[in-house]
Amino acid sequence: MTRTQQLIGWIDDRFPLTKVWNEHLAEYYAPKNFNFWYFFGSLALLVLVNQLLTGIWLTMHYNPSAEGAYESVEYIMRDVPYGWLLRYMHSTGASAFFIVVYLHMFRGMIYGSYRKPRELVWLFGMVIFVLLMAEAFMGYLLPWGNMSYWGAQVIINLFSAVPVYGDELVTWIRGDFLISGATLNRFFALHVVALPIALLLMVFLHIVALHAVGSNNPDGVEIKKLKDDKGIPLDGIPFHPYYTVKDIVGVAGFLFFFCMIIFFFPDGGGFFLEPPNFTPANNLKTPEHIAPVWYFTPFYSVLRAVPDKDLGVVAMGLSLVILFFLPWLDRSPVKSIRYKGPIFKLALALFVISFFILGYLGMKAPTPGRTVMAQITTAYYFFFFFPFLPFYHKFDKTKPVPERVTD
Amino acid sequence: MKKIIAIALSVFSLSALAAGGGDYKPNDPANLPYGNKVSLQRGAQLYFNYCLGCHSLGFQRYQRTGEDLGISVDILKENFIFDGSKKGEHIKIAMPESYAANWFGAAPPDLSLIARSRGADWLYNYMRGFYKDETRPYGVNNSVFKDVGMPHVLQPLQGLQVKTEEGDLKIIEEGSMTPQEYDLAVRDLVNFLDYVGEPIKLERQQIGVKVLIFILIFFIFAYFLKKEYWKDIH
Ligand code: HEC
Ligand code: HEM
Repeated sequence: MTRTQQLIGWIDDRFPLTKVWNEHLAEYYAPKNFNFWYFFGSLALLVLVNQLLTGIWLTMHYNPSAEGAYESVEYIMRDVPYGWLLRYMHSTGASAFFIVVYLHMFRGMIYGSYRKPRELVWLFGMVIFVLLMAEAFMGYLLPWGNMSYWGAQVIINLFSAVPVYGDELVTWIRGDFLISGATLNRFFALHVVALPIALLLMVFLHIVALHAVGSNNPDGVEIKKLKDDKGIPLDGIPFHPYYTVKDIVGVAGFLFFFCMIIFFFPDGGGFFLEPPNFTPANNLKTPEHIAPVWYFTPFYSVLRAVPDKDLGVVAMGLSLVILFFLPWLDRSPVKSIRYKGPIFKLALALFVISFFILGYLGMKAPTPGRTVMAQITTAYYFFFFFPFLPFYHKFDKTKPVPERVTD
Repeated sequence: MKKIIAIALSVFSLSALAAGGGDYKPNDPANLPYGNKVSLQRGAQLYFNYCLGCHSLGFQRYQRTGEDLGISVDILKENFIFDGSKKGEHIKIAMPESYAANWFGAAPPDLSLIARSRGADWLYNYMRGFYKDETRPYGVNNSVFKDVGMPHVLQPLQGLQVKTEEGDLKIIEEGSMTPQEYDLAVRDLVNFLDYVGEPIKLERQQIGVKVLIFILIFFIFAYFLKKEYWKDIH
């Protein structure tokens, strides 16, 4: 026995190290036909780690007070060695997180990954998504720029739609009668401590749930149905080393684009860092046009599409909540889009287009034409989930699903 | 059909959401000569002579400006530091904000980040957009920033413009520079402000090239490693 084996043996007597390694990596069997869409789970992990690490270092120099926040961010940009890099990695990371997570969710939609037995994987994922939105929203206030201030103002005010206690609720969230240092301090606490802990916990549960049932794949067939005499799925390959080396390729590809933005377009064309946020928060100077950051705009459009503000808030809430029910709404006999019929493909394409249009409209000041457009796309958004998803299988012609995965 | 296209265009206007391209004149691109030290030095000179009286650059340090622009400490002390600041200090001004607000109706804002919040093109046009307007306290208005509270401090250089019926600007009193010279001077000034907005920009891009090359090479190795491992999987 070598020294290393002795050491591992010593640990294994006290902690299930080898067991965990095998169960989740070396003897965790994943379908061999993962494609491009399966990179985004590991990329989400990468971005999560990026946010945590750069966030910790930013916190070392950031000053969470109304008097000092804006200045300390510029201090990080100019005087902290490589502070600009930390900040751009973090701000670009926020947008990258949403790009990656949206693609990751879309993968779930095209391959029916939310269907039985992966409902909990999807639900944990949805909780992650909501937490992520909260995390991004609170983080956006921290630079204390004028868009931070007014963006937060608009979003916090949405809570006044709550009947009876609305106004008190808004005051309670802000911790003051207007957005102030008190708000900044609590958002800071939530952004750097509470929400990251919750996120990490949910990501852990997400992966535990996934590994209990095993991954779906682009064909939507259950590889565990057909096993060899050793109990290994015929279409499964050990996650490590096959998918570790493959995910490294995905990481390199992702990092290329990620670094391109960080080093050459850190503002992301005004989408990732918004120009009005380079002026300090000022409660007397409303920016000409207040729009949330791009990743919130589809939902913001749903809100504005409804003429009544309170009902708009309800519609926006519903547009998120309905996603939780996806596993039970879709009742097609097949999971993967590969074996679904043309009606579903068309409906999904329209859904994607609607989502993009909603996102676009949410960035723009409303005009009568745009409002009509937002109403049409909002109506379609909801139509897609209900009644389309529960009933389309009655009309759509599916193709036969093979026994084994194809490649 | 035309109507439908018109409506579609009004819904999906292609103008960048951030820049918000206004419909003012002049409306020309700044085409900055990034990193050109001569241009930056000339811009700094203009800024320190014409703007620093009112606008601080509160996040920018004298010393760093000197180092980045290739201005020696001696020249910095002689020609740029007017108020006896130490070279490591931020470029502040003496005027208290409340005072200033009383004089101009609005306090002259700090311009450290103006190039990032307004954009270089906007600044370029703003500095070329002053025109004669007797109804304003300083006798000038600005076609880019309506009813601005700032006097036309570069009038000795540019001269004075008037606004024609069509909204174009036309020189009526000549300044010490020709219009072409003035445009170049403003370009240098904006180039300087753009530098101040993000002093690390050039270095950032230089590092970026190396990082991308590294990632590309890493990608190639990772790709062949993956191929090697996967060659038995069918
Ligand atoms: C006599 C004082 C004074 C001088 C000198 C001066 N400015 Fe101003 N500037 C002002 C005032 C006051 C305002 C605020 C105008 C307002 O908000 O209505 C202003 C506003 C501005 C703005 C617009 C800021 C915004 O709100 O986005 C820019 C840009 C600007 N100045 C650039 C310059 C430049 C460049 C120079 C040097 C060529 C200069 N200023 C010199 C007083 C001055
Ligand atoms: C921090 C955010 C997230 C992380 C780190 C993360 C991580 C992962 C990882 C590593 C996998 C396995 C690899 C893969 O299939 O791509 C996975 C699978 C999955 N995730 Fe996520 N995830 C996140 C957010 C979400 C969200 C928001 C959803 C949807 C609401 C979601 C739904 C799913 C589903 C359905 C699967 C199984 C896919 C399949 O087997 O086909 N995840 N996730």
